[in-house]
Amino acid sequence: MTVAALPRTWPGRNLLDVDGLSRAEVETCLGLAAEMREWRERGEHPEPLRKETVALAFYEGSTRTRVSFELAARAVGSNVVDLSIAGSSVAKGESLVDTLRTLQRTGVTICVLRHPASGAPHLAARETRLRIVNAGDGTHAHPTQALIDAMTLRDVLGALDGRKVAIVGDIAHSRVARSNLHLLPLLGADVWLSGPPAFVRGFEDWRGVRVAGIEDALFEADAVMTLRIQLEREAGGGVPSLREYTWRWGLNSERMLLAKPDAPVLHPGPTNEGVEISADLAASERSLIGRQVENGVAVRMAVLALVAGAA
Amino acid sequence: MSGFGTLADSPASFLLAGVRAIDPSGRTDLVRDLAVLEGQIVDPRELHGGARRIDAQGFVVAPGLCDLHTHLREPGGEMAETIETGTRAAARGGFTTVCAMPNTDPPLDERARVAAVTRHSAAARVRVVAAATRGRAGERLTDYAELAAEGVVGVSDDGAAIADPRLARGALAYLGELGLPLIEHAEEPTLAAGTLMRSGRTATRLGLAGWPASAELTIVERDIALAAETGGWVHFTHLSTGGGLDAVRRAKHRGLHVTCDVTPHHLALTDAWVAGHRGFAWDGAGEASLDRAYDGATRVSPPLPSREDAMALLAGVADGTVDAIATDHAPHPPERKLVEYAAAAPGVIGLETALSLGLAAVEAGCVALDGLLDALSSGPAGLIRETRGLAIGQVADLVVFDPAARWRVEAAALASRSANTPLLGMELPGVVQMTVADGRITYEA
Repeated sequence: MTVAALPRTWPGRNLLDVDGLSRAEVETCLGLAAEMREWRERGEHPEPLRKETVALAFYEGSTRTRVSFELAARAVGSNVVDLSIAGSSVAKGESLVDTLRTLQRTGVTICVLRHPASGAPHLAARETRLRIVNAGDGTHAHPTQALIDAMTLRDVLGALDGRKVAIVGDIAHSRVARSNLHLLPLLGADVWLSGPPAFVRGFEDWRGVRVAGIEDALFEADAVMTLRIQLEREAGGGVPSLREYTWRWGLNSERMLLAKPDAPVLHPGPTNEGVEISADLAASERSLIGRQVENGVAVRMAVLALVAGAA
Repeated sequence: MSGFGTLADSPASFLLAGVRAIDPSGRTDLVRDLAVLEGQIVDPRELHGGARRIDAQGFVVAPGLCDLHTHLREPGGEMAETIETGTRAAARGGFTTVCAMPNTDPPLDERARVAAVTRHSAAARVRVVAAATRGRAGERLTDYAELAAEGVVGVSDDGAAIADPRLARGALAYLGELGLPLIEHAEEPTLAAGTLMRSGRTATRLGLAGWPASAELTIVERDIALAAETGGWVHFTHLSTGGGLDAVRRAKHRGLHVTCDVTPHHLALTDAWVAGHRGFAWDGAGEASLDRAYDGATRVSPPLPSREDAMALLAGVADGTVDAIATDHAPHPPERKLVEYAAAAPGVIGLETALSLGLAAVEAGCVALDGLLDALSSGPAGLIRETRGLAIGQVADLVVFDPAARWRVEAAALASRSANTPLLGMELPGVVQMTVADGRITYEA
């Protein structure tokens, strides 16, 4: 079986970040993800990665991303090895590089890596011959989530060129936000950021991005993305209290009146309902949270196929 | 000969013919013959006919380099460095004195431990900076007078400042009488906690927690106030911010006993190196190569500076605010560096590349050659009461180097036991031909 003969552009054997991808490469990935979604909807199982073994190496807890990658890896026909960190040699102090080199010797070809340290996937890509897919590293990048968000937004809005997207919350500690801050401007969107000063500082001179107060950021926005507020952040002085955060930056139906009518709301999840987003808004028709999860498998199938060179 | 010698060898005799002799303390710079007879600089006419003659045209001879900040890792860290390998690295880099830092295991916080380090026969003089507090725990001062009697050149809890202001004040007050400096790693611990690189555009891009310049300035300003109040001598080591350096400049104008050093890597490298960039500060901003991003070799404490701050530090060397260039040579074995950036041990080796990075700054026009050599030799030597000079009658303590020759930094060729430097693979100017410490040849190319 072959996939449709779209022109394919992809930079190589890894997906470490959106930083450095070209628009053509992103379009390749999103186009392939759309094809993958159609296969799934038709119940087809083309299994282009039958010869690959994918290791899920999650050095940090995650249910959603891990399940999504596992479903994607199986859907493209690869073997899946789950590296459960607790009780493994990792728990006995083995280094990341040593663990991944061992995986490589046992026949693993692709490693989906989630790690609490920013840059861990770059180290893995440099020091092993594994093909590395970054499933979230520290506060750095979460490229597949950004691709999912872009796909989901395009499902609703069509092309993103000239569209205003507001991202609200703790930008500084968010790998999802960082990857979106590369991807959304690349796709032509006009990105506005808003959040407590300590959480948006440093982003003023990010290309294609504006930092603003919450009202200006939301005003006539075509879409709004809100980020999870880590409950421990108030201790660092970034925000006086979660109550204060909600009062000033929390998304709710009333505040969303500033945005365009029916402007969709995204959240990379898991949500703190009642803090960064009100429960009624999260459950409303505007919320794309459910659709983000559905697109997750298709995007990850596409990414696995691209890094394997099987697309 | 080629290779290494030690201070236990016989004094050497030789003639450097047609060498450019630069003595920054005597402010002389002329091409001449320099003769050494049994370890002493003599009139060339006194040298007997059989003495070795070295054609040194195009080479520079200068007073032996002096490093105020060296981690020799012995005792306790011998897999990274030993006194033997560390002093060989020093000799290969042109250094004749190294000041061993006390953060060993156990730390150099009492007389017998200091003596065990200084009495080692080595390829360079080993002086000791003792711990400023017992066990480097920041709670009780070490016995300064007894340590001074053992010949320590200062005290420091390097790796950290003395966090407790009252204890820092007590240290400065007590040290003042002994004529020794409190050598401060100026970094306020709560502002620096959890940070991985200098805050700024690159840190934002890489998602690495940013170290704020205020972490340095907070302690610099505090200690200047304490020095003013007590009359004590504070020496800030490895200053990495323009703000910290400005504070020192102002304190010097007020006549306070405040001195400082900067490292070669804070002068030449920038925070962009963490993102994979490999151009020097004076080359301007360039493209990062993300393939090289997050290399643990670029993690250092304090972190690599912004380009603006590196240029401010270079200006401080040029105008004399910076008293010394010190390497903060910090060897680590590969397993401490080939890890996630947050897990990488901070530190880079520097003894074998310090002169070369300085010469690169000279080539770029950022500092003058005699100013560089002063900051690497006479300047730091004066702070620890060693003398340096090229006058007849002085003990030969020299570095001879070819400023025009270039060499490639390669792990296998380094004398240090460790190779943790992001300079690997780069070509640098300046090849040391010979190092003479206390009249003995300690290294010859």
